[in-house]
Amino acid sequence: MPTEFTPLSALAGGALIGLAATWLLATIGRIAGISGVLNNALESGDGRGWRLAFLAGLVLAAGAWFALTGATPRSGFPWPLLLAGGLLVGFGTRLGNGCTSGHGICGLARLSRRSLAAVASFMAAGFATVFVVRHLLGVAA
Amino acid sequence: MKRIVHAAIAGLLFGLGLAVSGMTNPDKVLNFLDLAGHWDPSLALVMGAALAVALPGYRWVRRRDRAVCGDPLPAMPATGIDAGLLGGSALFGIGWGLAGYCPGPALANLAHGTPEAVVFVAAMLAGSQLARVLAART
Repeated sequence: MPTEFTPLSALAGGALIGLAATWLLATIGRIAGISGVLNNALESGDGRGWRLAFLAGLVLAAGAWFALTGATPRSGFPWPLLLAGGLLVGFGTRLGNGCTSGHGICGLARLSRRSLAAVASFMAAGFATVFVVRHLLGVAA
Repeated sequence: MKRIVHAAIAGLLFGLGLAVSGMTNPDKVLNFLDLAGHWDPSLALVMGAALAVALPGYRWVRRRDRAVCGDPLPAMPATGIDAGLLGGSALFGIGWGLAGYCPGPALANLAHGTPEAVVFVAAMLAGSQLARVLAART
């Protein structure tokens, strides 16, 4: 389904994300990598408080924006792709130790070579996957 | 208590940023990854703006020796690039390209309360546990 290029809201939202990451580092010295925050929130008793507060804030703010703007969620997406996608995202972010926020924003902001390699890897895989799914297999475009 | 408040503020900013930027819309993400199709460059600007703030922001924080609440700052990142990093990131990228969600937007979409978000997040948690279990065995 085609979507519009929205440069202004992209820039504004991106800046907010960058601010959020900086805030977390500046105030409590933590990295705003969502996969890590989530995994540790569930598995580590130590630091569960701040992690749950962070994640709750994330969901709340997004929900408030959805309500304010009347945003509607996607529906009708093939559930096998949702399942496979979720499994791979969960597995891969654990194995690779980060995601788009952990490596892509925080890691790059720290000038981490590891994160640069991770970003190159997941971006290439993302582009290739969409090409295969949409243009070779003709699914879910 | 203060740490929880700061974390909540950071989370609110993060969630707002995700929603405002449109990254909670998986169609916009997939269209960014769809170079051969309905290409939507928005995600590139989101990352660019985030880094435009976080790069100087992180550098500024680094000049201090403690966080505002007194916590130590994280050590400099490790430099080793191994198969786990590359392979794991590739698998993540495949999953991202299949459904258009990465962890942050997936959680944010729980606010919509739709089965789609719940299914994806549940699968994500399962995949994460699987990786954890396998890693513990090797």
